Amino acid sequence: MFDLRNLRHAYDGTDVLNVAAWRADQGAHWLVLGPSGSGKTTLLHILAAILTPTAGSVSVAGQDLTALGAHQLDRFRGQHIGIVLQRLHLVPSLTVMNNLLLAQYLAGLAQDGARVREVLASLGVSDKADAYPHELSFGQAQRVAVARAVVNRPKLLLADEPTSNLDDVRCAQAYGLLESQARACGATLVVATHDQRIKARMSNHYELKEQP
Amino acid sequence: MNLATVSLAYLRARALNTTLNVLLLALGIATITLLLLATSQFEERMQRDARGIDLVVGAKGSPMQIILSSIYQLDVPTGNVSWKHAQELARHRAVKKMIPLALADNYRGFRIVGTNHDYAEHYGVRLAQGRLWQAPLEAVLGAEIAARTGLAMDATFIGAHGMGAGEREGDVMHETHSYRVVGVLAPTGTVVDRVVLTDVASVWAVHADQYDIKDVARIAELLPDDEKELTALLIQYSSPLAAAILPRYINQNSEMQAASPAYETARLFSIIGVGIDVLRGFALVLILAAGLSVFIALYNALLERRYDLAVMRTLGASPARLMTLMLFEGALLAGIGAALGLALGHVLTELLGVAFKAAKQVAVTGWAWVPEELWLIGLALAVGIFAALLPAWRAYRTDIAGTLARG
Repeated sequence: MFDLRNLRHAYDGTDVLNVAAWRADQGAHWLVLGPSGSGKTTLLHILAAILTPTAGSVSVAGQDLTALGAHQLDRFRGQHIGIVLQRLHLVPSLTVMNNLLLAQYLAGLAQDGARVREVLASLGVSDKADAYPHELSFGQAQRVAVARAVVNRPKLLLADEPTSNLDDVRCAQAYGLLESQARACGATLVVATHDQRIKARMSNHYELKEQP
Repeated sequence: MNLATVSLAYLRARALNTTLNVLLLALGIATITLLLLATSQFEERMQRDARGIDLVVGAKGSPMQIILSSIYQLDVPTGNVSWKHAQELARHRAVKKMIPLALADNYRGFRIVGTNHDYAEHYGVRLAQGRLWQAPLEAVLGAEIAARTGLAMDATFIGAHGMGAGEREGDVMHETHSYRVVGVLAPTGTVVDRVVLTDVASVWAVHADQYDIKDVARIAELLPDDEKELTALLIQYSSPLAAAILPRYINQNSEMQAASPAYETARLFSIIGVGIDVLRGFALVLILAAGLSVFIALYNALLERRYDLAVMRTLGASPARLMTLMLFEGALLAGIGAALGLALGHVLTELLGVAFKAAKQVAVTGWAWVPEELWLIGLALAVGIFAALLPAWRAYRTDIAGTLARG
């Protein structure tokens, strides 16, 4: 599904990420583990086509990302990649419904209210369609953020520290949601975390070492 | 869901700030709209009143005063001219048409203008009722006077001496000679609406006591030519060449003074223009302040929204789209401000018109439209978009990974 080779990323001449080689199959679920500062977020951003690595090759869904122009990258990101950010970052002035429609609109896809309702229902938040983000609990907001990430049926679903600050029960629920949603659209799931509690839940681990 | 929806949602989310910016811009636009409407209508009115009159001749004095007093019925006349000299001038080859004016009295602040039928014809008047005057002391009312004073056909009234507001303590009333209304004019939108028209001889008639003449109906015959006086003469040239000859001829060879309406009104506008320019400058400062305020609002919004913008990038928005979003928001603010400002400007102009009307001044209406208003909308949009330029550029340059990593 994706294939990273000799990947290196540096800020101001200091390496923050080194990945010799990492391949994942379509539909596989991966955990990226590592302590803070090991470059988990950077790796996720590179996979999300948000960040261009300093060196190395990145291919996602059979597409060499380094070969795409800026506009094509935007389009690719919108249509094939779903991201759940650690702080969720729903657009506060838009309703839940419009947050999801915005994802379809910005990806250049047709706006499909039925699809939005279907995704909200599958996450158990259909009654929140007309609510604004500040009216949601954290749990509800997280479900909406997951819904926004999968509404375009991405090939790759990324989540950055989705379980930090959650108790054990909610932590397990959050993983359950990501896994079931990734399975529902056949997406490859990559979760970056330093949370050791869910190590047992996923069999595929990619360990990042702290940069020297 | 499109950029407009997103922009509107953002503007709604900051309702107070949005209202403030819209109001600030609207005030500037309203001020300019009011100036545009008032000056254009004022100038049009002034030009309409002076149309077809090439030269005005009066007693020696300020040429502007001659124009103001005899065409616009605003100032007091400079004095009188002799009827005999006027007759001589009428025969000059450069003169195509000469309309005599005799001004001396007013009725409740409205001037009584002694003239001949050429004057009525010149302004293209239509009679709403009755007929034009045929004998001394027959009066035809301008439309506004009929409406305001309630004088009807066959009513009689007496004039007060002078050009003032009338009916003041100590005013000389010509009680022995009353006018009779024989006609009422339809509205013309010119100075004629605000005057009482009568025969030149009427003005001599009401002052007949001075000459010891009792039979006022025959005053024109009984009064010696040497005693006859007029106030001003409205002249139409026989050819364009006359403009080079006639004024100089009059100024050098008579006790009269020639004044050009075109020149004097242009001079008047250039004097009033200074005041208008000051107001216009003030309005532009308001618009500029609004632009600055929009800029600050958008810039703050940009800082507040940097995560939203980064998230939109992760959702597939191109940098150009974020830039468009900010520009659109600036334009939307400006557009709403402009629309509100234009509406406000028209309403204020109308209110001003109502106030002017009460003061018997020039008529101004807010329900008219000038093409310059399109420029005003353009100006407002330009200010809005210009204010959004830097925020838009910053949005364009959003560093997605950096922003998200920090938040």
